[in-house]
Amino acid sequence: MKALFMILFSVILVDNLVLSKFLGICSYLGLSKNLKNAMGMSVAVTFVMLIATLCTWPIHYYLLLPLGLGYLDNLVFILVIASVVQVIEAIIHKSIPPLYRAMGIYLPLITTNCAILGIMFVNINESYNFMTSIFNSVGAGLGYMLAMFLFNGVRTKMEESNPPKFLQGLPITLIASGLVSVSFFGFKGMVQNLF
Amino acid sequence: MSELKKEKTSYLKEFTKGILQQNPLLVLVLGTCPSLAVTTSLINGLGMGLAATFVLALSNLVISLIRNFIPDKVRIPCYITVIASFVTILQFLLQAYVPSLNDALGIFLPLITVNCIILGRAEAFASKHKPLVSVLDGIGMGLGFTLALVLMGGIRELLGAGSIAGWKLPFVGPGKALQPILIFIMPPGGFIVFGLVMAIALALTRKFYQRRPDAALAAAEAGGCVACGMQSACAAGKLAESAAEPAGNLAEAAVARRETPPAQAVAEKGAQA
Repeated sequence: MKALFMILFSVILVDNLVLSKFLGICSYLGLSKNLKNAMGMSVAVTFVMLIATLCTWPIHYYLLLPLGLGYLDNLVFILVIASVVQVIEAIIHKSIPPLYRAMGIYLPLITTNCAILGIMFVNINESYNFMTSIFNSVGAGLGYMLAMFLFNGVRTKMEESNPPKFLQGLPITLIASGLVSVSFFGFKGMVQNLF
Repeated sequence: MSELKKEKTSYLKEFTKGILQQNPLLVLVLGTCPSLAVTTSLINGLGMGLAATFVLALSNLVISLIRNFIPDKVRIPCYITVIASFVTILQFLLQAYVPSLNDALGIFLPLITVNCIILGRAEAFASKHKPLVSVLDGIGMGLGFTLALVLMGGIRELLGAGSIAGWKLPFVGPGKALQPILIFIMPPGGFIVFGLVMAIALALTRKFYQRRPDAALAAAEAGGCVACGMQSACAAGKLAESAAEPAGNLAEAAVARRETPPAQAVAEKGAQA
């Protein structure tokens, strides 16, 4: 149990999905301007991350590996994730309308998001077991949420400031992300002593 | 004869536009994730760039060849399947012949599958053009991507590790005149160098786009995930806007102008109702 929580916290704080593993940068830059969008996207990412792990882990270990087809991970995972997300979207749309209103529009955005596929590969490459994979995926989603939330604050401040002309727009946004990423260095070494 | 010449120049144009004018990474802002993660050294940047170029050229070729047989509604899954197949082939090749690069690129090698550049070129170019010109477009865009990665990797390696393509500078290191600035090979350095390199690329292209609004418009159309086919899916429509902004307000104005009449019509209709 201790090991599971250590994975959870280290993937949220130390190996943050966005700021240290560089996954999901597109949506991070694109949607962090507005807090509501940022949170909707983060909830959807966390949710899909969980569901995708529940699907891809058994597929890898009980279907592809016994058949000697481990190298097809790439192809199979992305198609599985895409179709599962479609199904979930349809189900939520029909049965839980409030949830659909909160995160429904973000679901199709995620199918080709490299964050989801990337974490699936991390789970397989690190040979995490089923439980650890789930904690790792949920933690990665929560880390994404934390990064989005923090950076939204930075970005709101930045809108009011006046950077040099050649840095305006995306360049200054990237440099600000770098500084937020520096702040996460403060957590290094903390997780081991947490428990 | 003149017809032939015209064809040739257009081939050349499709080939060279990816280098700076529509550089996929620095101007169109596609494929940001691998470019931040693997550019800790020049060699890794070069390897990632060439790997992406390989997949880009071949998937463009195949998609262009089968473009008339793919049903419109399922085209994105078809493209992804083609791209993922080439990525798998590439993984085999690298595991067999360049295992060190395979390890250095890690999960970002299979993640070429969901790289926006490749899907974007498939949707915006290969699905509408003949095979030869599609391959040229793929190689050109791939080289532009490679160039940007090598530049970023070179800067980060020089400042962060004090070496150039693996060759250690003699006066940098512990106990010597200069110390490497470690932060540049760590994640924050990636963001900062990317921001600065992008600022330079935008400054270089800004003048060109101010002179040639038509080219700016073309770039804005190809830019960001607007052309990516995933524009509804990829979440970065806003990003594309912000990327087009510094590239020249002319592009944006052109887009706005083009969009105004229908919007006005809708507003008028609403007023009537």
